[in-house]
Order: sequence, then C-alpha cells, then structure tokens
Amino acid sequence: MVLELILGTLNRALAYGTPLLLATLGEIYVERAGVLNLGIEGMMMIGAFSSFVVAYATSNPWLGIVVGAIVGGLFSLIHAFSSITLRANQTVSGLALTMLGTGIAETLGRSWEGKVLTSPIKSFSGDFLSSLPGGLDLLFKDSNLLVVVSIILALVMWFFLFKTKPGLFLRSCGENPSACDALGINVWKVRYLAVLWGGIMAGLGGAYISIAYRPTWSSGMTQGMGWLAVALTIFSFWNPIYAPLGAYLFGALFHLAFRLQVFVAPEFLNSLPYLFPVIALVFVSRLAFRKKIGVPGSLGKPYERGKSG
Amino acid sequence: MDRKKLTQFHVELSLQPTLSSTVFSSLLAIILAFACGGVIFLFYHISPGVGYQTFFRGSLGSWYAFSETLKRTIPLLLVGEGLSLAFRAQVLNIGAEGQILLGAVAATWVALFSGLPSFLLLPAMFILGFLAGAGWALIPAIFKTRFAVNEVLSTLMLNYVAFNLVLYLIAGPWKGKGVRGFTYTDTFPEAAWLKTMGITRVPYFTLLVGIALAIGGYFFLKKSALGFELRIVGSSPETARFLGINEEKIILFTMFLSGGLSGFAGVGEVAGIHHLLRHPDHISLGYGYTAIIVAWLARANPLAVILTSFLFGALLSGGDALRVSLGIPFQVVSVFNGLILFFLISTEHLSRYRIIWRDKKEVEKNGS
Repeated sequence: MVLELILGTLNRALAYGTPLLLATLGEIYVERAGVLNLGIEGMMMIGAFSSFVVAYATSNPWLGIVVGAIVGGLFSLIHAFSSITLRANQTVSGLALTMLGTGIAETLGRSWEGKVLTSPIKSFSGDFLSSLPGGLDLLFKDSNLLVVVSIILALVMWFFLFKTKPGLFLRSCGENPSACDALGINVWKVRYLAVLWGGIMAGLGGAYISIAYRPTWSSGMTQGMGWLAVALTIFSFWNPIYAPLGAYLFGALFHLAFRLQVFVAPEFLNSLPYLFPVIALVFVSRLAFRKKIGVPGSLGKPYERGKSG
Repeated sequence: MDRKKLTQFHVELSLQPTLSSTVFSSLLAIILAFACGGVIFLFYHISPGVGYQTFFRGSLGSWYAFSETLKRTIPLLLVGEGLSLAFRAQVLNIGAEGQILLGAVAATWVALFSGLPSFLLLPAMFILGFLAGAGWALIPAIFKTRFAVNEVLSTLMLNYVAFNLVLYLIAGPWKGKGVRGFTYTDTFPEAAWLKTMGITRVPYFTLLVGIALAIGGYFFLKKSALGFELRIVGSSPETARFLGINEEKIILFTMFLSGGLSGFAGVGEVAGIHHLLRHPDHISLGYGYTAIIVAWLARANPLAVILTSFLFGALLSGGDALRVSLGIPFQVVSVFNGLILFFLISTEHLSRYRIIWRDKKEVEKNGS
C-alpha cells in the first residue's frame, strides 16, 4: 500500500519533472560554458507554442517535438548574439528573452487558445507496462518515450561533460576563457553552441508540456517552470547527473500540491513550488559558497580578447 | 565614396557616454523595436500602418487617450524610481510585481477590515502599503546579504507567491459579500478612494508624489552621502570595500526603498482606480516587469524616469487600444517590452563610442 503510494507519486513526479529536467540539463551546459541565460521561460513558451501549432496542423506529434526543439534553439541565438557577440548584460538579456518569448507565444497563440490536441504523445501502452518487472509498471504508468529519453540524456550529457575532451573544452570556456583562447579553442563558437543547445533543450521541455503532458494550448502554460529550471541548475551543482533528482523532487511537489487541495487551500500549495526553491537556495548557496563547488568561474562574464576574466 | 570626407571624423571609445549618444541610442532602440514588433500585425492580417495608427491614437491621440496613458504612467513612475536606485547599486530587484500586490493587499486590509476612522484610512493605507511592499522585498534582500542568494531568482519566485496570496484572499476570506460568483472583495468605503483629476480616472496624489520623488531621488543620488555610497557600491564594489562602505546596508536600503515604492504604487492602484482587491492580473498590468525597462531606459536616473515611465505608460495604453479595436491580445506589450530591452542593451554598447568630427584644416595640417 505504502509502496504503491510512493510509486504512484514518483510516477507523477516523472511525468511532471521531465520538462524541468530537459530545461535544466540545457541550462547546465549554457552556464558551464560561462553564459547565464535567464530566458528559459521564454524559450519554453516559444517551444511549447510552435510545437503545438505544428502538431495540431499536421497531427504528427513527433514533428511537433522536433519543431519545438529547433525553434527553441533558434530563439536562443538572440541571447547568444547579444551576450556573446555584443557582450551585453546577460541578466537583462535573459529577462528580455523571457518577455519576448512569452509575449510572442501568447500574442500569436490567441487563435489556438483552449484547443485540444487530438494526436498527443501517448503514455506507454498497458501491454508494454505489464511486460516490465515488478513495480516498474506503476512507476512508468504516466511516462512516455520522452521521459526515458530525458533520463538517458542526463547520463549522456554527464558523460560528455566530464569524460570527453569536448566536454572539458566546454567547462574550460566557463572557467577560464582567456586560457582557452590561448590554447586555440574558439571560445565564441563553444559558447554559441552551448547556448544553442540550451535553447534546443528548453524548446524540447516546452514541447513536452504542450504535446505530451497537457496536450492543449493555453497562455501561461509553462507556469514559471523556466525559472525553476534556473534554480534547479544551481541545486544540481551544474552537474547533469544530479539534475533528475531536483527535477523529480519538484515534480513530486507539484503533484502533492494537486493532491492535497482537499485539505489545504490550493493557493498555498501552488505557492510551494516557488517558495521551496527560495528556501533551498539559502542552503545551497551557503554550501556552494563554502565549498566552492560547481559555480563556473566566469559565469555571466562576457569574454573579450585581451582582457582577463 | 569620397575618401577625404570619411577621414574627417573618427570614432573614439569614451568611458562616460555623452547625453546625446545616450538619447540617440535609446531612440534607435525604440524605433528598431517598433519596426520589428510591426511583424505581429501581419499575423493578424492588419496592415502595420493601421496598427501603429490605432496604437498612437489610443495612447496619445485624444485627451481621453492621454489620461489613460497618464493613469498607467503613475505606477511605472513610482516603481521605476525605486528600481533605478536599486539598479544603481547593482541590486536587481525583479520582484516589483509581487511588491505591488503586497501593497494592494495591505491597503485593502486597512480599507475594509481595520475599522479606522475615515480620515485616517488613506494615510494608513499608504503607510502600511509601503511597509508591506518593503517588507516583502526585505526577504530576498536578507537572503542575499546573509546567505548570498541571487536576488534575481528569489525576487522573481516571490512574485508567484504574492500572486497566489491575492488569489487566496479574493476567493477565500476576503471574498466580497455582495459579489456572488465573482472573485473580488467588497468595494472600499469612499473615504478610502483617491481623488481623481476632473472627470478623468487619473489620481493626482500619486502622480504628484511620483514627480516629487523623482526630483528628490535625483538630488539624493547626486548630493547625499548615502547616495554617493550607493553609486560607488554599484559602479565599483572593490572601491566601496576599500572605502569601508557597508555594502549590506546599501543592499538592504535599496531593496527596502524599491519594495516600498512598489507597495505604494500598489496602494495607488486599488485606492485610485479599482476601489477593491481583484485578480492580480487586473491590479497590475505587469507594471513590475515593465518598470524594469523604464528604469533601464532611464539609465537608472530618477529624473529621466519621469520621461521613460510616460513612454511606457503610452505603450501600455496603446496596447490596450490594440486589444479593444483590433483584437490583438494585450500580451503584445510584452513583445515590445522584450524587443526594446534587447535593442537597448545592444545599442548601449554603441553609445560608448563617440564620433569626433574634426576640423577640415586640422585634417590637412595633420595630413591624415
């Protein structure tokens, strides 16, 4: 009974935490390369919207997913251009990206408001689930292929970042770009690619929401998840392997907020997922500050040849 | 091209951008943003000409439009001033939206439930509203000074909490008795209403306070010791540490003040316009976020905020006109906001370069 309850909660946590996980994984690479992109919320919205429109028009959810990822990636290049090439203030550029992304998605999305997708990405079929060994069928009841892909991505991205040479270059660009430049690594190219990847992942996360998790379109449907992903990047100490833990914890929190509505005011419960990261940041920031873990040395600092830092 | 003519000026990097280059790059940013934003009209099968015409007629085209613009200028002015001071100290308070709501909540409590005599209602609303906004901002401020928590994230998260708090109040304990299925509170007693200018819906008290504070804020930054410390902390934290300036004090102070002014603006909205507490989206039309750009465009100069808040007041009322006349969602304002901000930070880089026109004789003399 208790086990079933736990598995049931975890099941919902997987379903809800996946967009958070995807966006967080992307942001980890972006920040590891030394760029801060606070525009995740905007990229997710634009990804959710474009993928929904395509899936709605073509009845092909997978095409929608691909388009959402591409559009999210292209959209992130605005931030890349202003923060890497023009060396503008990255915090403000990210805010602008969020305003622009949510603005465009909600302005253009009016004609699709409230529409339901007839061909969403479906959860695993009963046949497949019953073939899984004990308990796993409960755990993955509401999951779909994307959930599994995101878990695999977390592992692959961890491997790439810490066990391969290009991953080392990526991390070095975030720690000491001038040393990288001296070694002949193209800092701009690495950072551009990282931001692009972050955009693709955020777009994918948004697409997951509007095509798999809740196959409808409504404005404001990302509910500040992009900002949670920014917080999760810190909680996972910029390490892809820890990202699923945080993402599913938040997923469980959202699920519990939904389940406990009978007992407690829903507004209070709905605040929890936003209140929790603020409190958690207190502990994590202290830890990160004391142990000097994770924080990429040149995070948020534009690189200019001939200037240190 | 005449090569000689090209050599008559050269471009120089100056650390302090001049006033004219700042104005030029700001105007360039706004024009570029409007040019790009016009694409939205095409999606709605509206010619950009008609779109812009509707926009300007709805924001500045008549006395009524002008008063609608002014109405939206007031909260932007108040919030923008507070944010200017915060940004000067490099404190990025993104939580003004929530701080506005907290001010509105405090004002509503005073107006409906405090039982104060009528003549005390408005003063108490503004004082408590200010304190509520300031207190809400002090939470992330203390987290920043004590635990080094990034204020961008914490202030932003608290916006969602404040949003849910208002939703809870208007649907639960504060739900009005005579409103049946709707979710808002009872109307305030008339003693808690701000007087408006003539037949317009512009409350003049908050407008006057806003203008007075802009002037005061300008001199505060320029002349006072605390203003000086604030600028040093913002422009060069190392120098500030060397001079023994208490950085934590500056962070707490700027957050307190910017949160307080946002709360004050929130009181102005419920006491001057709505006369009740309602859905957060109606109390603040994203003023907290728009004010970020207001302050940024003003280069965090409180006096310039008077001008930029009016510009964005016009943007908001123009956006409303687009919604009413052409059926374009109000969120189009957010598109313009984002674009202006982008072009602003991009051209900011350019405004540091100065074009020096050289005298023809001098050119010949130097032979270059």
